[in-house]
Amino acid sequence: MYNQKKLPDKILIFVLFAAVPIFAFVAIVIAPFLLGLYMSFTDIGTVINFEFIGFSNWERAFASSRFWNSFGVTVRFVAAVVILGNVFGFLLALLVTSGIKFQNLFRAGFFTPNLIGGIILGYIWQFLFLRMLPYFGNVVGIPFLQSSWLADPVRAFWALVVVSVWQSSGYMMIIYIAGLASINKSLLEAASLDGAGYFRQLLSIKMPLMIPAFTICLFLTLRNSFMIYDLNLALTNGGPFMSTEMVTLAIFNEAFANRNFGVAQVQALILFVVIATVTLTQVGFFKKREVEE
Amino acid sequence: MNKKIAKILTLTATIALFFLYIYPFILVVINSFKDRASVIRDPMSLPDSLDFSNFFAAYTTMDFTTAVINSIMVTTISIVLIIFFASMLAYFLQRWDWKINKTIFTVLVLSMIIPFQVVMLPFVVIYGSVFGVLDSLPTLIFAYLGFGVAQSTFLYHGFIKSIPRELEEAAAIDGAGRIRTFFQVVFPILKPITSTIAILNVLWIWNDFLLPSIVITSASNRTIPLSTFAFFGRFTADFGVAMAGLLLAIIPIIAFYLVLQKHIIKGISDGAIK
Repeated sequence: MYNQKKLPDKILIFVLFAAVPIFAFVAIVIAPFLLGLYMSFTDIGTVINFEFIGFSNWERAFASSRFWNSFGVTVRFVAAVVILGNVFGFLLALLVTSGIKFQNLFRAGFFTPNLIGGIILGYIWQFLFLRMLPYFGNVVGIPFLQSSWLADPVRAFWALVVVSVWQSSGYMMIIYIAGLASINKSLLEAASLDGAGYFRQLLSIKMPLMIPAFTICLFLTLRNSFMIYDLNLALTNGGPFMSTEMVTLAIFNEAFANRNFGVAQVQALILFVVIATVTLTQVGFFKKREVEE
Repeated sequence: MNKKIAKILTLTATIALFFLYIYPFILVVINSFKDRASVIRDPMSLPDSLDFSNFFAAYTTMDFTTAVINSIMVTTISIVLIIFFASMLAYFLQRWDWKINKTIFTVLVLSMIIPFQVVMLPFVVIYGSVFGVLDSLPTLIFAYLGFGVAQSTFLYHGFIKSIPRELEEAAAIDGAGRIRTFFQVVFPILKPITSTIAILNVLWIWNDFLLPSIVITSASNRTIPLSTFAFFGRFTADFGVAMAGLLLAIIPIIAFYLVLQKHIIKGISDGAIK
């Protein structure tokens, strides 16, 4: 049934099952990807021409201080969100699986921010940081809340982290819950009989057996926080004074505000290489450490 | 006794966190009923009355009817196409062990870590400057098929691997053609993973902003994220109307969540673990 020998038969099978999706994939992902590589060596800007100009886009991209500043902000952001998002996600998973009442309601509530896109979430929190928190800070008398977080470079950065952690932790919680549920109960009972307390069981049994869940959660938070765009645009739009402009926003502005398609394309390729290297290294590193029961 | 205290503490901590997590939404709801002055005066108080005028203002300015229809159309059609074509592609890649199939599958998997920015500008060049087909919903839908096919094929591929071939062979002996065998025998078995794939894609396509912001330019083609973006900038002085607009924008997906909550949570965890 699956071993047609004649070429016409093979072609028929391919056309029936694979031609359309492969065409769409090639047209939308592969062709632009290859053209992008080529574009990075051409003089493409306000007008479409493909004059070959060697490495000049690459030199300009590497020399752009705006790009490297945004890269630095992004790396700090990724570090903060990966750590805090997973700590909170894991904590929420432990809380809602501890046998308390209303756990389905809690689960649903913690997950809710993930239903909504970054643009809308960014606007909701913009209101929170501009209006509600300063008001609250004045009423209660907390100095660091009295002025808007979005007007100060350091606090605007942390505003982005807070919103991202708030959102991603609910998603990670779901994956950690699945990880906790997959652990064989008899192992925990045996450990309990041997006198292992809650934290001992958590550190020596649950966490090592949950490495697959950590692999996925770290991968997702790494990839998503490197690629953050919507939230950045809606909450701070890179401000104040470009202090919170992340790589994706910098690339967009280089392309559409400065009209430097070639340079922006190189910067996007640099981002791709960084994301690919970081995530593949992380997944490889964790896969080796997965243990069997 | 200690256990009881621990339990009460856990519950209290969870309730406190729960309140913090949903507070931003509460804030949107209460302020969407207030006029400009009372939002400024006290953004945390409850509204004096249930005045819906902010909603009417937001609804018309956002052209909400058009945005909802566009969003529903783009999301549904894209997902039907993704499910239809990705399931067939995965079946083909799994069942026929041609040499090239391994390569196709590897390319699909690797493509999942390409950031959108890498293909964004060439995409604009090809579909804008060369073909001139931007600002159209069909182009947007085709783009979702192209971008979505990799992940969905990957998920189907893993699932199909676990289905024994005997059923298909029996159907073939009974004289069913290949396409009929797939749709009558294999596709029904894929139901659990199909619902996972549908849910993951709804959350992605419904909320996606960057791709439509590049494809769509005219107001009549806007999806909800685009019309929210166009609307919000004009209302930062009148936060009551702005909050009403945001609330309108999140109502459809929240309704979807309330109806299908169990499936959505299950879909997320199944999709991540596979």
